[in-house]
Amino acid sequence: MGLKEFVKKSFSKSPWVVHYDCGSCNGCDIEVLACMTPIYDMERFGMVNVGNPKHADILIVTGTVNEKNKDVLKNVYDMMPDPKVVVAAGICACSGGIFRDCYNVLGGIDKVIPVDVYVPGCPAKPEAMIDGLYKAAQILKEKYSRKEVIVSAKSLG
Amino acid sequence: MTWSDYLVFAAAVILTPLIGGLITGLDRKVTALIQGRYGPPVLQPFYDVVKLLSKEKMIVNDFQIFAAYIYLLSAILSVGFFAIKADLLMIIFIMSIGLVFYVIGALATRSPYSQVGAQRELMQMLAYEPLLIFVLIGMYYVAGSFNLHDIMSHGRLLLDLPLIFVVLSLVLDIKIKKSPFDFSTSEHAHQELVRGILTDYAGPYLALIEIADWYELVLLLAMLAIFWSQNLVIGALISLFVFFLDIIVDNISARMTLKWMLSFSWTIGIVFTVVNIGYLYFVSR
Repeated sequence: MGLKEFVKKSFSKSPWVVHYDCGSCNGCDIEVLACMTPIYDMERFGMVNVGNPKHADILIVTGTVNEKNKDVLKNVYDMMPDPKVVVAAGICACSGGIFRDCYNVLGGIDKVIPVDVYVPGCPAKPEAMIDGLYKAAQILKEKYSRKEVIVSAKSLG
Repeated sequence: MTWSDYLVFAAAVILTPLIGGLITGLDRKVTALIQGRYGPPVLQPFYDVVKLLSKEKMIVNDFQIFAAYIYLLSAILSVGFFAIKADLLMIIFIMSIGLVFYVIGALATRSPYSQVGAQRELMQMLAYEPLLIFVLIGMYYVAGSFNLHDIMSHGRLLLDLPLIFVVLSLVLDIKIKKSPFDFSTSEHAHQELVRGILTDYAGPYLALIEIADWYELVLLLAMLAIFWSQNLVIGALISLFVFFLDIIVDNISARMTLKWMLSFSWTIGIVFTVVNIGYLYFVSR
């Protein structure tokens, strides 16, 4: 295995996750935290729950976006270094769920930031969450390789 | 320095991160097993660092980056000088220079998490730096020199300095920031002050600090190993056993307060050193 393959592999093997609660009812948040318990153990895929967006590769968002927290969500997303992937966990984050018609709710988080993986469910099961995060890790790897292709094409002239 | 010294220096500088990464990976695996989890692969720290090295460069200011490089450089130099058996006192001072830059680099940013983390790191240095000097005083008392070659020619320091060995184990525990001493930052999935002193480092520069931490971990384990320098394989096993005890303590204890750490480390350090050297002075000689 060459160095380039190892770098690409390392992106899929070491996704660090930052979790942002965007006005969720806490159902999905509990399930996100349940992913770290001995039963589900997301660290076996190298996933670590970090508290700092500057260290994170994957942003997992729960809950609907409203007028108050859309700037915060955008801020957290902007603070993450490239390449980065966004996972919308739970039906509220995907589309707004039962809250989509509320006067203060904008809808799913894709109204504010680009979303790569949608994990539906109310609340989303930890198995579904880990499945989504694993998919996000593969997308992370893909994004890195694509960026590398762009960079090498530029350097070629 | 002869040409073989340069060779040993280079070999130590190249091999140490590999050993340090493997030890850290085993640490994560053992921690997971203690907690009843499956745990990440043993090569996980290498994946983490390689990933961080190829992420986007995101900096707060230039001085922070300079500080990260100096921290890494001083860690590399101290391991290299240890490998060619230079003066142990000088090695400790080189290590301290890097740590000072590590703290200043965090203080140079405006994030309150980073600031508080840096101040806590200073308190941690205050807790273990005197203890390191005590350890060196003990070694000097037995070997008659700070030179690593003379200290290692003594053979079995552990039999003369058992309590000093305990003090050095305590230094290792404070230095690698495991519970109950993880004040300035914490490792793996734990969070203290977001990430404490590392909050404003991102991407490749976080990786530099991670690699420097591996160097310092291996340096301290090597310092434990020279307590049985007659047979370095046994010495290495002893130091790995101490590291294993640290992992167990990490898993069974909660984070304590800074005040407790200072009183605990200084009491243990001063009492054990005085008792050990007093024993050597009055009984053995």
